[in-house]
Amino acid sequence: MTDLLRFAYFLFIVRPVILIVIGLNVRRSNQLPEKGPAVIVANHNSHLDTMVLMTLFGMRRLKDVHPVAAADHFLRNRLMAWFSTKIIGIIPLEREVKGVRRDPLAGICEALDDDKILILFPEGSRGAPEIRDDFKTGIAHVAKRYPEVPFTPVFMHGLGRSLPKGEGILVPFFCDVFIGQPVQWTGKKDTFMQTICDAMNELEAEKEIPRWEPS
Amino acid sequence: MSLFDHLSTEICLTFAAIAGLLLLANVILLLRKRADPDRDDTELVLRVRTWWIIVGCFTFMIAVSRTTAVAFLGFVSFLAFKEFLSLIPTRRADHRVLFWAYLAIPFQYCWVAIAWYEMFVIFIPVYMFLGLPTRMVLIGETKGFLRAIGTVQWGLMTTVFSLSHAAMLMMIQPSESARVTVVWADEASKASGGAALLVLLVLLTQFNDVAQFCWGKTIGKRKVIPKVSPGKTVGGLIGGVASTVVLAAFVGPWLTFLDLPRSLLAGLIIGVAGFAGDLSISALKRDLGVKDAGHTLPGHGGVLDRVDSLTYTAPLFFHFIYYCYG
Repeated sequence: MTDLLRFAYFLFIVRPVILIVIGLNVRRSNQLPEKGPAVIVANHNSHLDTMVLMTLFGMRRLKDVHPVAAADHFLRNRLMAWFSTKIIGIIPLEREVKGVRRDPLAGICEALDDDKILILFPEGSRGAPEIRDDFKTGIAHVAKRYPEVPFTPVFMHGLGRSLPKGEGILVPFFCDVFIGQPVQWTGKKDTFMQTICDAMNELEAEKEIPRWEPS
Repeated sequence: MSLFDHLSTEICLTFAAIAGLLLLANVILLLRKRADPDRDDTELVLRVRTWWIIVGCFTFMIAVSRTTAVAFLGFVSFLAFKEFLSLIPTRRADHRVLFWAYLAIPFQYCWVAIAWYEMFVIFIPVYMFLGLPTRMVLIGETKGFLRAIGTVQWGLMTTVFSLSHAAMLMMIQPSESARVTVVWADEASKASGGAALLVLLVLLTQFNDVAQFCWGKTIGKRKVIPKVSPGKTVGGLIGGVASTVVLAAFVGPWLTFLDLPRSLLAGLIIGVAGFAGDLSISALKRDLGVKDAGHTLPGHGGVLDRVDSLTYTAPLFFHFIYYCYG
C-alpha cells in the first residue's frame, strides 16, 4: 500500500513540480548508474535537491533509489517519520551517536547489500556547516567498505534560488544538473576525497553562474 | 473532426500547408543525407523535429478551444519568463517579489480569457510596475534596487505583457464603426476571425525568421550590427522583410478579414519588428555571455530564443489591427 502511495506521490506530485514548474537542464544523464549498488554524491542547497535527483532516475528505478537523511531532523515526529521513510524512502542516518556504541553506517551498508542506489549529500544539512566535515569522511568510510561501488558526483545549480533554506514559497527557476564520471575507492581516504572534490569543482566550473553580488 | 469545427477552412488549410512545409524539410534533409552520408545535419534534424512538436501543440491547443489556446500561450510566457529569470542575476532578498512577478502571468492571461481589454492593457505597465517595487521596498534592501526592479519589469513586459498580445488577438471582434471596412471571406469564417489573426501573426513572424536567415546566408554581405549579431546582414534584412510582405499579401486577405493594403502593411510591420525583437534578445544574451537562453527546445535553444521576434511583432501587430478594426 505505501509502495503504491510512494509511486503515486512521485508520479503525480514530484515529477510535475520538478519537470514543469522547475524544469531541468540535465547534462550526461547516461552516466547515472543503471542499477545498484551505487551511490550518488551531490551538493545540497534545498529540500528540492532530493526530489530532483530521484526524478532523474525515472519511475522504473524509483523503487531502488533512497536518499540518506539525518534521523534527528526527518524522524522528529511520527507523521514526519512515516512520510520520510515510507513515501520519500529515506535511509535515516544518526548524525550523533551518543552513549550506545552502534555502527552509524549500518543502514547504508544494509541498503547497498540490498543493491539500492543511495543519494548522499556529503555537505551535511543545508545550513549546518559543522556537519560537513563529519559527512565528508563518512562517504570515504562507505567507499572503503564497498570498493566496487561507483560514486557518481552530481552538481546542481538553481534550487537554492527556487526554495532556499528558511523559505516556504517555491519560486520557479530552471535547474542545472551536471553529472560526472563515477569514482571508485582509490585505496586511501585522502585521495578518494580529493578525487570527488576535484570532480565536483570541475562540474561547477562547467557553467558561469550569474551573480551581481560577490558571495 | 469535431476538434477543428469552430475554425474556418482557411485556418485548417494553413495548418495543413505548414505540415506540408515541415514534411518537405524532412524530405530535403533525408535526400541530403543520402547524397552525402558524412554530412552532419544533427542540429537541423533536431530543429525540424522540434518544429513538428511546436506546430503540433500549437495546432492542437487552437483546435480544442479559444480558452486552451490562451492557456497554452500563458504557459509559453511562463517558460520564457522563467528562462529570463534563470539567466539574470537576482537578489536573494527578492524571493517573494519574484513570486509576485510570476503571479502576474495567470492574471494577465485571465484578462485575455475574459476579453477585458482595459485591464489587459494596463495591468503590467501600471499595476505591476508600481506594485512590485512597493513589495521590494517593504523588504528594505536598497542595494541593487534599481537593477533588480528594472530587470524584473523588463522581463515581465517582454515575456508576459508583449506575448499576451498574441493571445488577445483571438478576442478581437471587428466593430461596426471601424476605421477600415472588414472583408469576410464567408459567413463561417466570422466565428474564428481572431484565431485567424493569431495564426497569421505566428506564421508571418516565424516565416520572417527563417527568411531573414536564408537570405542572409545567400546574398548577405554587409553586416547590420556586427557587435550584437554577426549573422544579420543588410541583404538578409531586406530579403527577409520583402519575402514576409509577399507572403502576407498572399495569405492575409485569404486567411483573415484584412484587405490587401492592410495585409501588406502587416507584413512590413512584422518583418521589421521581428528583426528588432530578434536583435534585442540577442543583445540580452550577449550581455549575459550565453549563446542560448535555455535548453527546452532541442535544436532551437530555449523558449525565449524561439519567441524573441514574437515579443516585438505581437504587440505591434495587435495594435495595428486594433487601430484599424477595433
